[in-house]
Amino acid sequence: MAISIDDLNSLHIDVLREIGNIGSGNAATALAKMLDKKVDMDVPKVKILEFRDVTEILGGAEILVVGILLKVTGDLTGNMMFILEEKSAHLLVDILMGRSEHSIDKAGGFDEIEASALREIGNILASSYLSALTSLTGLKIIPSVPEMAIDMAGAILSVPAIQFGSVGDTVLYIETEFFEGSKKVVGDFFLVPDVESYDILLKALGVIS
Amino acid sequence: MGNDILIKVGMADLRAASDPSILTTLGLGSCVGVALYDVYTKTIGLAHVMLPSSLQARNNSNVAKFADTAIVKLLEDMKKLGAKPNGIVAKLAGGAQMFSFAETSEMLRIGTRNVIAAKECLKELNIPVVSEDTGGNFGRTIELYSDTGILLIKTIGHGTKQI
Repeated sequence: MAISIDDLNSLHIDVLREIGNIGSGNAATALAKMLDKKVDMDVPKVKILEFRDVTEILGGAEILVVGILLKVTGDLTGNMMFILEEKSAHLLVDILMGRSEHSIDKAGGFDEIEASALREIGNILASSYLSALTSLTGLKIIPSVPEMAIDMAGAILSVPAIQFGSVGDTVLYIETEFFEGSKKVVGDFFLVPDVESYDILLKALGVIS
Repeated sequence: MGNDILIKVGMADLRAASDPSILTTLGLGSCVGVALYDVYTKTIGLAHVMLPSSLQARNNSNVAKFADTAIVKLLEDMKKLGAKPNGIVAKLAGGAQMFSFAETSEMLRIGTRNVIAAKECLKELNIPVVSEDTGGNFGRTIELYSDTGILLIKTIGHGTKQI
Protein backbone atom coordinates (compact mmCIF):
# COMPACT_ATOMS: atom_id res chain seq x y z
CA MET A 1 0.00 0.00 0.00
CA ALA A 2 1.24 3.46 -0.80
CA ILE A 3 1.82 5.57 2.27
CA SER A 4 0.82 9.22 2.55
CA ILE A 5 1.72 12.00 4.94
CA ASP A 6 -1.56 11.48 6.76
CA ASP A 7 -0.48 7.93 7.67
CA LEU A 8 2.89 8.87 9.09
CA ASN A 9 3.47 7.96 12.72
CA SER A 10 5.89 9.52 15.17
CA LEU A 11 8.67 7.12 14.18
CA HIS A 12 8.36 8.18 10.53
CA ILE A 13 8.40 11.82 11.57
CA ASP A 14 11.54 11.23 13.64
CA VAL A 15 13.19 9.64 10.62
CA LEU A 16 12.17 12.53 8.38
CA ARG A 17 13.49 14.97 10.98
CA GLU A 18 16.79 13.11 10.96
CA ILE A 19 16.90 13.27 7.16
CA GLY A 20 16.22 16.98 7.46
CA ASN A 21 18.95 17.34 10.04
CA ILE A 22 21.56 15.55 7.97
CA GLY A 23 20.41 17.14 4.72
CA SER A 24 20.45 20.66 6.14
CA GLY A 25 23.75 19.99 7.91
CA ASN A 26 25.28 19.07 4.59
CA ALA A 27 23.71 22.16 3.03
CA ALA A 28 25.13 24.35 5.82
CA THR A 29 28.61 22.94 5.20
CA ALA A 30 28.25 23.66 1.49
CA LEU A 31 27.07 27.17 2.27
CA ALA A 32 30.04 27.75 4.59
CA LYS A 33 32.43 26.67 1.83
CA MET A 34 30.73 28.86 -0.72
CA LEU A 35 30.72 31.93 1.52
CA ASP A 36 34.08 31.09 3.06
CA LYS A 37 32.56 31.87 6.46
CA LYS A 38 31.52 29.85 9.47
CA VAL A 39 27.86 28.90 9.18
CA ASP A 40 25.88 27.59 12.17
CA MET A 41 22.56 25.88 12.04
CA ASP A 42 19.63 25.31 14.37
CA VAL A 43 18.09 21.85 14.69
CA PRO A 44 15.67 21.74 11.75
CA LYS A 45 11.97 21.62 12.50
CA VAL A 46 9.76 19.11 10.73
CA LYS A 47 6.38 20.67 10.20
CA ILE A 48 3.14 19.18 9.01
CA LEU A 49 0.46 21.67 8.12
CA GLU A 50 -2.99 21.74 6.61
CA PHE A 51 -3.24 23.51 3.27
CA ARG A 52 -5.08 26.52 4.61
CA ASP A 53 -2.12 27.29 6.91
CA VAL A 54 0.63 26.56 4.40
CA THR A 55 0.72 29.95 2.72
CA GLU A 56 1.37 31.67 6.06
CA ILE A 57 4.61 29.87 6.89
CA LEU A 58 6.98 32.55 5.64
CA GLY A 59 5.04 35.40 7.18
CA GLY A 60 2.10 35.74 4.79
CA ALA A 61 0.84 34.57 1.41
CA GLU A 62 1.66 37.83 -0.33
CA ILE A 63 5.25 38.42 0.79
CA LEU A 64 7.97 38.11 -1.83
CA VAL A 65 10.00 34.89 -1.64
CA VAL A 66 12.55 33.06 -3.74
CA GLY A 67 11.74 29.48 -4.69
CA ILE A 68 14.22 27.03 -6.22
CA LEU A 69 12.77 23.85 -7.66
CA LEU A 70 14.71 20.74 -8.70
CA LYS A 71 13.22 17.64 -10.20
CA VAL A 72 14.51 14.40 -8.78
CA THR A 73 14.92 11.21 -10.78
CA GLY A 74 16.65 7.89 -10.16
CA ASP A 75 15.52 5.38 -7.51
CA LEU A 76 13.56 8.14 -5.87
CA THR A 77 11.38 10.42 -8.01
CA GLY A 78 9.70 13.66 -7.11
CA ASN A 79 10.63 17.25 -6.45
CA MET A 80 12.82 19.17 -4.10
CA MET A 81 12.09 22.79 -3.30
CA PHE A 82 14.04 25.32 -1.32
CA ILE A 83 12.34 28.56 -0.32
CA LEU A 84 13.98 31.65 1.09
CA GLU A 85 12.29 34.77 2.34
CA GLU A 86 13.36 37.90 0.50
CA LYS A 87 15.41 39.37 3.34
CA SER A 88 17.39 36.12 3.74
CA ALA A 89 17.93 35.93 -0.01
CA HIS A 90 19.34 39.46 -0.12
CA LEU A 91 21.55 38.68 2.86
CA LEU A 92 22.98 35.57 1.19
CA VAL A 93 23.63 37.41 -2.07
CA ASP A 94 25.36 40.24 -0.21
CA ILE A 95 27.60 37.87 1.73
CA LEU A 96 28.40 35.91 -1.41
CA MET A 97 29.27 39.06 -3.33
CA GLY A 98 31.30 40.37 -0.42
CA ARG A 99 29.41 43.63 -0.08
CA SER A 100 27.78 45.43 2.83
CA GLU A 101 24.09 45.07 3.44
CA HIS A 102 23.00 47.83 1.10
CA SER A 103 20.69 45.75 -1.03
CA ILE A 104 18.47 44.73 1.88
CA ASP A 105 16.89 48.15 2.13
CA LYS A 106 16.25 48.23 -1.58
CA ALA A 107 12.64 47.79 -2.58
CA GLY A 108 11.80 44.24 -3.73
CA GLY A 109 13.40 42.32 -6.54
CA PHE A 110 16.81 41.14 -7.68
CA ASP A 111 18.91 42.12 -10.67
CA GLU A 112 20.22 39.59 -13.15
CA ILE A 113 23.52 38.90 -11.37
CA GLU A 114 21.80 38.60 -7.99
CA ALA A 115 19.23 36.22 -9.47
CA SER A 116 21.96 34.11 -10.98
CA ALA A 117 23.81 33.98 -7.65
CA LEU A 118 20.61 32.95 -5.88
CA ARG A 119 19.94 30.18 -8.35
CA GLU A 120 23.42 28.84 -7.70
CA ILE A 121 23.00 29.08 -3.92
CA GLY A 122 19.68 27.26 -4.16
CA ASN A 123 21.20 24.63 -6.41
CA ILE A 124 24.09 23.95 -4.04
CA LEU A 125 21.90 23.85 -0.94
CA ALA A 126 19.30 21.57 -2.49
CA SER A 127 21.90 19.31 -4.11
CA SER A 128 23.89 18.92 -0.89
CA TYR A 129 20.67 18.12 0.92
CA LEU A 130 19.94 15.42 -1.63
CA SER A 131 23.46 14.02 -1.58
CA ALA A 132 23.10 13.53 2.19
CA LEU A 133 19.94 11.60 1.46
CA THR A 134 21.84 9.46 -1.04
CA SER A 135 24.57 8.63 1.51
CA LEU A 136 21.96 7.79 4.10
CA THR A 137 19.78 5.54 1.97
CA GLY A 138 22.07 4.20 -0.73
CA LEU A 139 19.42 5.24 -3.22
CA LYS A 140 20.40 6.83 -6.50
CA ILE A 141 19.00 10.37 -6.47
CA ILE A 142 19.67 12.58 -9.47
CA PRO A 143 18.73 16.27 -9.22
CA SER A 144 17.84 18.27 -12.34
CA VAL A 145 19.07 21.73 -13.26
CA PRO A 146 17.23 24.11 -10.89
CA GLU A 147 14.43 26.45 -11.87
CA MET A 148 13.88 29.61 -9.90
CA ALA A 149 10.82 31.78 -9.33
CA ILE A 150 10.54 34.99 -7.32
CA ASP A 151 6.95 35.77 -6.42
CA MET A 152 4.28 35.72 -3.72
CA ALA A 153 4.86 33.06 -1.05
CA GLY A 154 1.41 31.58 -1.59
CA ALA A 155 1.97 31.14 -5.32
CA ILE A 156 5.40 29.52 -4.91
CA LEU A 157 4.17 27.28 -2.09
CA SER A 158 1.23 26.12 -4.18
CA VAL A 159 3.66 24.03 -6.23
CA PRO A 160 4.71 21.60 -3.45
CA ALA A 161 1.26 21.91 -1.84
CA ILE A 162 -0.46 20.66 -4.98
CA GLN A 163 1.88 17.70 -5.13
CA PHE A 164 1.13 16.80 -1.53
CA GLY A 165 -2.54 17.44 -2.33
CA SER A 166 -2.74 14.55 -4.75
CA VAL A 167 -1.98 12.10 -1.93
CA GLY A 168 -3.26 13.71 1.26
CA ASP A 169 -4.53 16.78 3.05
CA THR A 170 -1.34 18.00 4.65
CA VAL A 171 2.07 19.32 3.67
CA LEU A 172 5.33 18.23 5.25
CA TYR A 173 8.39 20.44 5.19
CA ILE A 174 11.58 21.08 7.03
CA GLU A 175 12.42 24.53 8.33
CA THR A 176 16.09 25.32 8.67
CA GLU A 177 17.75 28.37 10.14
CA PHE A 178 21.33 29.16 9.19
CA PHE A 179 23.44 31.71 11.01
CA GLU A 180 26.45 33.57 9.71
CA GLY A 181 27.68 35.56 12.68
CA SER A 182 24.65 37.42 14.00
CA LYS A 183 22.84 37.26 10.68
CA LYS A 184 20.04 34.77 10.35
CA VAL A 185 18.95 33.11 7.12
CA VAL A 186 15.66 31.21 7.25
CA GLY A 187 14.99 28.65 4.56
CA ASP A 188 12.47 25.90 4.07
CA PHE A 189 13.12 22.59 2.34
CA PHE A 190 10.26 20.69 0.77
CA LEU A 191 11.11 17.18 -0.28
CA VAL A 192 8.12 15.90 -2.21
CA PRO A 193 8.55 12.28 -3.23
CA ASP A 194 6.08 10.86 -5.75
CA VAL A 195 3.49 8.57 -4.16
CA GLU A 196 5.45 5.39 -4.88
CA SER A 197 8.68 6.94 -3.63
CA TYR A 198 7.52 7.29 -0.03
CA ASP A 199 7.60 3.52 0.33
CA ILE A 200 11.00 3.34 -1.37
CA LEU A 201 12.40 6.03 0.91
CA LEU A 202 11.05 4.59 4.16
CA LYS A 203 12.07 1.07 3.12
CA ALA A 204 15.61 2.18 2.25
CA LEU A 205 15.83 3.67 5.73
CA GLY A 206 14.57 0.45 7.27
CA VAL A 207 11.51 2.11 8.79
CA ILE A 208 8.98 -0.07 7.00
CA SER A 209 9.50 -3.53 5.58
CA MET B 1 -17.52 49.59 1.12
CA GLY B 2 -15.99 50.35 4.51
CA ASN B 3 -18.57 48.24 6.32
CA ASP B 4 -18.18 45.20 4.10
CA ILE B 5 -16.98 42.01 5.66
CA LEU B 6 -13.69 40.75 4.26
CA ILE B 7 -13.58 36.96 4.32
CA LYS B 8 -10.38 35.06 3.62
CA VAL B 9 -10.49 31.84 1.64
CA GLY B 10 -7.47 29.58 2.20
CA MET B 11 -5.85 27.05 -0.09
CA ALA B 12 -8.22 24.11 -0.78
CA ASP B 13 -11.03 26.08 0.83
CA LEU B 14 -14.30 27.67 -0.28
CA ARG B 15 -16.76 30.26 1.04
CA ALA B 16 -20.10 31.74 0.05
CA ALA B 17 -21.34 35.09 1.35
CA SER B 18 -24.29 37.47 1.11
CA ASP B 19 -24.08 41.11 0.09
CA PRO B 20 -22.34 43.19 1.39
CA SER B 21 -19.09 41.26 1.61
CA ILE B 22 -15.71 40.77 -0.01
CA LEU B 23 -14.16 37.36 -0.51
CA THR B 24 -10.40 37.17 -0.95
CA THR B 25 -7.77 34.53 -1.53
CA LEU B 26 -4.07 35.37 -1.33
CA GLY B 27 -1.20 34.24 -3.50
CA LEU B 28 -2.84 32.00 -6.07
CA GLY B 29 -0.16 30.15 -8.04
CA SER B 30 -1.05 27.04 -9.99
CA CYS B 31 -4.27 26.84 -8.02
CA VAL B 32 -7.37 28.37 -9.57
CA GLY B 33 -9.70 30.86 -7.96
CA VAL B 34 -13.27 30.21 -9.07
CA ALA B 35 -15.39 33.29 -8.36
CA LEU B 36 -19.19 33.02 -8.64
CA TYR B 37 -21.57 35.99 -8.58
CA ASP B 38 -25.36 36.02 -8.65
CA VAL B 39 -26.43 39.16 -10.49
CA TYR B 40 -29.91 39.10 -8.88
CA THR B 41 -29.14 38.71 -5.17
CA LYS B 42 -25.44 39.76 -5.22
CA THR B 43 -24.59 36.55 -3.39
CA ILE B 44 -20.94 35.65 -4.01
CA GLY B 45 -18.82 32.54 -3.71
CA LEU B 46 -15.10 31.83 -4.01
CA ALA B 47 -13.22 28.53 -4.20
CA HIS B 48 -9.42 28.10 -4.09
CA VAL B 49 -9.03 24.89 -6.07
CA MET B 50 -5.79 22.85 -6.08
CA LEU B 51 -6.44 19.90 -8.35
CA PRO B 52 -8.61 19.18 -11.40
CA SER B 53 -10.51 16.07 -10.42
CA SER B 54 -11.56 14.23 -7.27
CA LEU B 55 -11.85 11.04 -9.33
CA GLN B 56 -8.09 10.72 -9.85
CA ALA B 57 -7.20 11.29 -6.21
CA ARG B 58 -6.55 8.71 -3.52
CA ASN B 59 -7.79 10.96 -0.77
CA ASN B 60 -10.80 13.03 -1.83
CA SER B 61 -12.37 13.83 1.52
CA ASN B 62 -11.86 17.60 1.19
CA VAL B 63 -14.34 18.66 -1.52
CA ALA B 64 -12.85 22.16 -1.73
CA LYS B 65 -9.56 20.76 -3.03
CA PHE B 66 -10.86 19.65 -6.42
CA ALA B 67 -12.42 21.69 -9.24
CA ASP B 68 -15.27 19.24 -9.87
CA THR B 69 -16.45 18.85 -6.27
CA ALA B 70 -15.61 22.40 -5.10
CA ILE B 71 -17.78 24.15 -7.69
CA VAL B 72 -20.79 21.92 -6.97
CA LYS B 73 -20.44 22.55 -3.21
CA LEU B 74 -19.94 26.30 -3.70
CA LEU B 75 -23.12 26.48 -5.81
CA GLU B 76 -25.07 24.63 -3.08
CA ASP B 77 -23.78 26.97 -0.38
CA MET B 78 -24.75 30.01 -2.47
CA LYS B 79 -28.26 28.63 -3.05
CA LYS B 80 -28.65 28.22 0.72
CA LEU B 81 -27.95 31.95 0.99
CA GLY B 82 -30.71 32.60 -1.54
CA ALA B 83 -28.73 32.80 -4.79
CA LYS B 84 -30.70 32.20 -8.02
CA PRO B 85 -28.88 29.60 -10.15
CA ASN B 86 -29.91 31.26 -13.44
CA GLY B 87 -28.34 34.54 -12.35
CA ILE B 88 -24.92 33.11 -11.52
CA VAL B 89 -21.87 33.93 -13.61
CA ALA B 90 -18.25 32.83 -13.13
CA LYS B 91 -14.87 34.53 -13.27
CA LEU B 92 -11.59 32.63 -13.14
CA ALA B 93 -8.09 33.64 -12.03
CA GLY B 94 -4.85 31.77 -11.40
CA GLY B 95 -3.69 28.55 -13.01
CA ALA B 96 -0.16 29.86 -13.51
CA GLN B 97 2.91 27.78 -14.17
CA MET B 98 5.31 29.06 -11.54
CA PHE B 99 8.37 27.14 -12.74
CA SER B 100 9.19 26.80 -16.43
CA PHE B 101 10.83 23.42 -16.86
CA ALA B 102 11.58 22.76 -20.52
CA GLU B 103 10.34 19.23 -20.25
CA THR B 104 7.12 19.77 -18.37
CA SER B 105 5.66 16.89 -16.46
CA GLU B 106 1.94 16.45 -15.88
CA MET B 107 2.27 17.78 -12.36
CA LEU B 108 3.99 20.95 -13.46
CA ARG B 109 1.32 21.72 -16.04
CA ILE B 110 -1.25 21.48 -13.28
CA GLY B 111 -2.27 25.14 -13.59
CA THR B 112 -3.55 24.70 -17.13
CA ARG B 113 -5.29 21.47 -16.20
CA ASN B 114 -7.00 23.16 -13.26
CA VAL B 115 -8.38 25.91 -15.51
CA ILE B 116 -9.68 23.41 -18.08
CA ALA B 117 -11.32 21.29 -15.38
CA ALA B 118 -12.99 24.32 -13.80
CA LYS B 119 -14.41 25.39 -17.17
CA GLU B 120 -15.72 21.91 -17.93
CA CYS B 121 -17.45 21.73 -14.58
CA LEU B 122 -18.97 25.21 -14.98
CA LYS B 123 -20.23 24.28 -18.45
CA GLU B 124 -21.96 21.20 -17.08
CA LEU B 125 -23.66 23.35 -14.46
CA ASN B 126 -24.68 25.92 -17.12
CA ILE B 127 -22.69 28.69 -15.44
CA PRO B 128 -21.18 31.05 -18.04
CA VAL B 129 -17.55 32.15 -17.60
CA VAL B 130 -17.76 35.89 -18.25
CA SER B 131 -14.09 36.75 -17.77
CA GLU B 132 -10.78 35.23 -16.76
CA ASP B 133 -7.18 36.10 -16.00
CA THR B 134 -5.39 32.76 -16.09
CA GLY B 135 -2.04 31.25 -17.05
CA GLY B 136 1.27 33.08 -17.10
CA ASN B 137 4.08 32.44 -14.64
CA PHE B 138 3.14 34.71 -11.76
CA GLY B 139 1.08 34.66 -8.58
CA ARG B 140 -2.20 36.50 -8.03
CA THR B 141 -4.18 37.77 -5.06
CA ILE B 142 -7.87 38.17 -5.82
CA GLU B 143 -10.80 40.00 -4.20
CA LEU B 144 -14.42 39.46 -5.17
CA TYR B 145 -16.84 42.31 -4.38
CA SER B 146 -20.51 41.50 -3.82
CA ASP B 147 -21.79 45.02 -4.57
CA THR B 148 -20.41 45.08 -8.14
CA GLY B 149 -19.37 41.50 -8.91
CA ILE B 150 -15.94 42.87 -9.76
CA LEU B 151 -12.97 40.55 -9.33
CA LEU B 152 -9.86 42.56 -8.45
CA ILE B 153 -6.54 40.91 -9.30
CA LYS B 154 -3.26 42.00 -7.72
CA THR B 155 0.21 40.74 -8.65
CA ILE B 156 3.87 41.45 -7.89
CA GLY B 157 5.32 43.11 -10.99
CA HIS B 158 2.43 42.30 -13.34
CA GLY B 159 0.06 45.08 -12.40
CA THR B 160 -3.43 45.21 -10.95
CA LYS B 161 -6.62 44.72 -12.89
CA GLN B 162 -10.36 44.26 -12.60
CA ILE B 163 -12.26 41.63 -14.50
